[in-house]
Amino acid sequence: MIELQGAGYSYGGAGLLAGLDLGLAQGSFHFLTGPSGAGKTTLLKLCYGDLKPTSGQVLLDGRDTRSLERDGLARMRRRIGVVHQDCQFIDHLSIRENVALPLMVAGRDVAAEAVNLAQLLGWVGLAPRADALPPQLSGGERQRAALARAIIMDPEVIIADEPTGNIDWEMSQRLLTLLAELNRMGKTVLVATHDLALIRAAKSQVSARVLRLANGVLSSGAEL
Amino acid sequence: MLDAALGDRQADRVVPPTGHTVWLTVLTATAMAFLAVFALALALATGRLADRWADSLAQAATIRVSAPPEQADAQVDALQAILAATPGVAESRVLDQSEQAALLEPWLGADLPLDTLPLPRLVEVIGTDDLDVEGLRQRLAAEVPGATYDDHTRWRQPLVRAADRLRALGWIALTLIAGTLAAMVTLAAQAALSANSQVIRVLRLVGARDAYVARAFTRRFTLRAAAGALIGTTLGGLAIAFLPQADPAGGFLTGLSFAGAAWLLLPLIPLFAGAVAFLATRRAALSALARFE
Ligand SMILES: Nc1ncnc2c1ncn2[C@@H]1O[C@H](COP(=O)(O)OP(=O)(O)OP(=O)(O)O)[C@@H](O)[C@H]1O
Ligand SMILES: [Mg+2]
Repeated sequence: MIELQGAGYSYGGAGLLAGLDLGLAQGSFHFLTGPSGAGKTTLLKLCYGDLKPTSGQVLLDGRDTRSLERDGLARMRRRIGVVHQDCQFIDHLSIRENVALPLMVAGRDVAAEAVNLAQLLGWVGLAPRADALPPQLSGGERQRAALARAIIMDPEVIIADEPTGNIDWEMSQRLLTLLAELNRMGKTVLVATHDLALIRAAKSQVSARVLRLANGVLSSGAEL
Repeated sequence: MLDAALGDRQADRVVPPTGHTVWLTVLTATAMAFLAVFALALALATGRLADRWADSLAQAATIRVSAPPEQADAQVDALQAILAATPGVAESRVLDQSEQAALLEPWLGADLPLDTLPLPRLVEVIGTDDLDVEGLRQRLAAEVPGATYDDHTRWRQPLVRAADRLRALGWIALTLIAGTLAAMVTLAAQAALSANSQVIRVLRLVGARDAYVARAFTRRFTLRAAAGALIGTTLGGLAIAFLPQADPAGGFLTGLSFAGAAWLLLPLIPLFAGAVAFLATRRAALSALARFE
């Protein structure tokens, strides 16, 4: 569903990414690693149309993101669940409402999905904190809430940017297990992480490819 | 339809309440609607006035007969004979003494010793469209030397022009009021939009279409402007309804009112204000959204 063809990006000045080729086949599992500042977040943003490539092209479902109209991009985003590195919540809405937000903006009946929502919040361990506001949560709690929001629409692709950055090992394991489970259900997963231990731990659960981003180029690492 | 345009309450919650700036929008709409009531009353009243002067007076004329008292009756009789024979004269009537006294009273006071004043005799003529005014004038000049035909054009024309101008000013004022409301709402909406850029960003990221995001803002501004305008229109309407009544022949100022069905135009003001606010907010929102992918 997501394909990069010679895609490059520059924030102005020197180019950050150049000539990236990447195809995320349906049902694949990829880790994206690389030093801090290498452009992992930037690459992920290209993948969900938050940034448009400054060279080459990024295809979502075969359509160039630069020519995709805004409503088309909105609909595409309902099929791609994203855990942002900085979470991106609406601060005056409760965690429950934030997690339900994708349902709401897609015009789905939130009340009808209440059971689903409660289960999901329970699974990420946030049932007791569901009525808290995002700024009242710890970093790890926020990341778990962000994951819940990313998967509530049952997306085809899940993109997670450092989803385990602030959570303990046990929680990261649970999160990884969930991602692996979703992957076995046929979902495409792309996870950016520094955490090599996490990648190693994934070995036993999924067959994942590791992509390494450094100096603006992508090198395909070993298959786990 | 309205719901589709305004969005639901749930979507409205997505944008945090904005405290006292709410009241600025309501207040502006109230003031603008209040002014709009007067501008509308001005436009309608002067319109009525201009029409009345143009229509009823176009047909009416006065023939003044100034003659020495001993000839006056004979000349008036001759004049009436001519009028009776002239095609296009629907009606003619000699004003009697008491009517003349009534006409002069505002200027010279009551108890006027009319008999001692050498007053001309007045004959009121109501003509139809095919009255040949030039022909009549020439005949009068030849046969009734003391008669002067006055069709009021001389003083009617500038009055009709003035009334037309006032009516135009009323409509211009209404346009300016609508424009001011649109400008104020645009500024308020822009402030709200930039204060909520994080909300807009998150909504876009989780798959909201532009229309959804815009609705979260248009709903509140439309409702506020309409509510404010409702208050302003009510106040303005009451002020006009309770304007002190002068005598019916009074000038146009005391005629500043709504005639019958024209009152029904007032409820249109809040609707129109709501529509203006809706369009202004929508425009502001859609242009603000361009900054977010
Ligand atoms: N909006 C921006 N404007 C200009 N430069 C930016 C912007 N966002 C990121 N950068 C720069 O681009 C580079 C790559 O940033 P990016 O966030 O993609 O890195 P990253 O690999 O995700 O890093 P980390 O592992 O620390 O999250 C960095 O040097 C950063 O300073
Ligand atoms: Mg990053």
